Amino acid sequence: MMPFAYSKPDSIEQAVQQAGPDARFIAGGTNLLDLMKENVERPARVIDITGLPLREVRTTANGGLQIGALVSNAELAWHLDVEARYPLLSQAILAGASPQLRNMASTGGNLLQRTRCHYFYDAAVPCNKRAPGSGCPARDGLNRQHAILGASEHCVAVHPSDMCVALAALEARVLVHGRQGEREIPFADFHRLPGATPERDNCLAEDELIVAIALPPPPFVACSHYLKLRDRASYAFALVSVAAGLVVADDNSIAGLRVALGGVAHKPWRDVGLERSMLGRPATRESYAAFADALLRDARPLAHNAFKITLAKNAIIRALTQAQAAEEHP
Amino acid sequence: MSDVPSAPNTHAIGLYINGEQHHLQVPPWLTLLDLLRDELDLVGTKKGCDHGQCGACTVLRNGRRVNACLTLAIMCDGDELTTIEGLAHGDRLHPLQQAFIAHDAFQCGYCTPGQICSAVGMAREGRARSRAQIQEAMSGNLCRCGAYSNIVAAVEEALPQMGGPRP
Repeated sequence: MMPFAYSKPDSIEQAVQQAGPDARFIAGGTNLLDLMKENVERPARVIDITGLPLREVRTTANGGLQIGALVSNAELAWHLDVEARYPLLSQAILAGASPQLRNMASTGGNLLQRTRCHYFYDAAVPCNKRAPGSGCPARDGLNRQHAILGASEHCVAVHPSDMCVALAALEARVLVHGRQGEREIPFADFHRLPGATPERDNCLAEDELIVAIALPPPPFVACSHYLKLRDRASYAFALVSVAAGLVVADDNSIAGLRVALGGVAHKPWRDVGLERSMLGRPATRESYAAFADALLRDARPLAHNAFKITLAKNAIIRALTQAQAAEEHP
Repeated sequence: MSDVPSAPNTHAIGLYINGEQHHLQVPPWLTLLDLLRDELDLVGTKKGCDHGQCGACTVLRNGRRVNACLTLAIMCDGDELTTIEGLAHGDRLHPLQQAFIAHDAFQCGYCTPGQICSAVGMAREGRARSRAQIQEAMSGNLCRCGAYSNIVAAVEEALPQMGGPRP
């Protein structure tokens, strides 16, 4: 790890004043320190934000939940309100990382973790995300884990988070604080597709700090399911994951449907228009299969990851079926 | 040494490690793992991958299990830490240490301190009860000798002796 200067601001204002291109905020450190050991990140200054008052989980006036950015992944997954009202979020968090890492990692940091693309992590090879303009060895290299949706010629990396897939389905909002004050970002707009600037994972400005995540009142409770498929049963990144939520009307038609995919793109993948087009259709396996086909219709496989298309379709059908079963047998 | 001024890039921190207070000067980039092993000679905590993937460096920070390799020492100022050296009471082994011996839950032993600290943290979390839950809850600790089945058996046996899962 390269030497760096350290500061620990007492207030959010101080923290954002100290921000800059040569600095990184640190909270759990689980991803940042790993990247610093690999020389992928080489900040001259590290700003420790763990002294800031961002550890609260509270119910909001509209019946939603506001989660402080420093709440650990473990605390959040096991928070009574999250377990009872947002089980999808709880399941997604517990599907990720290890118990040790979940004790350390923060809510805000989970959103900001970088891709685990091997080429991004290897500072000895080109990578447009790490060194803009240097090229993308993953496109024609080992790309079994890489994107099938929304990729560009510059980058085929995928976002590694499980929690973010659930937050996308729950339509969370990201509260950020910068020198100009606070703003709220809808979750769908927070992460970005790589396009010609894959070095940018999200829409945060340099001086902006995530202070909280706001969840609207739960759109579904029992009728949701997080399904994660990976190479081993635990402690691995998703090849494909699905956060599914469902509302079924009395006549067994679909009254609400949300599906976010992980492991397939540079950000959690959703198609809200397609979800709306399913309303009123029968809540059956056939409908879910039609939805899955349509959601994957623009998928473009690389040399080693065509299997992800079939895997994703089947995972969607299974997650929605499980969500429906959870509603019928809570 | 006392009259040597501290280097400009070191910071004073205080840590309670295994019940003992330490006043230390650390550079910001020193990990908790390197501090324990290289500065304090607490070499029971092991360096495996040094990237948070193997769990050999697991210690308890304020009662919670963490990877010491991905923790900056400077960020632990004021914290209470327990390492494998702090679990036994004199010659009386911790129930998990006893269970690991009884079940032959290791071969080379390199991952064992991390396994045991992790299991202590798991017991405090109070979530894992069944064998399958223990396997999942211990998945952050790799054992390249493959002693997993004996590790799970040892943890399962010791769990009730550690206060058991919370109600």
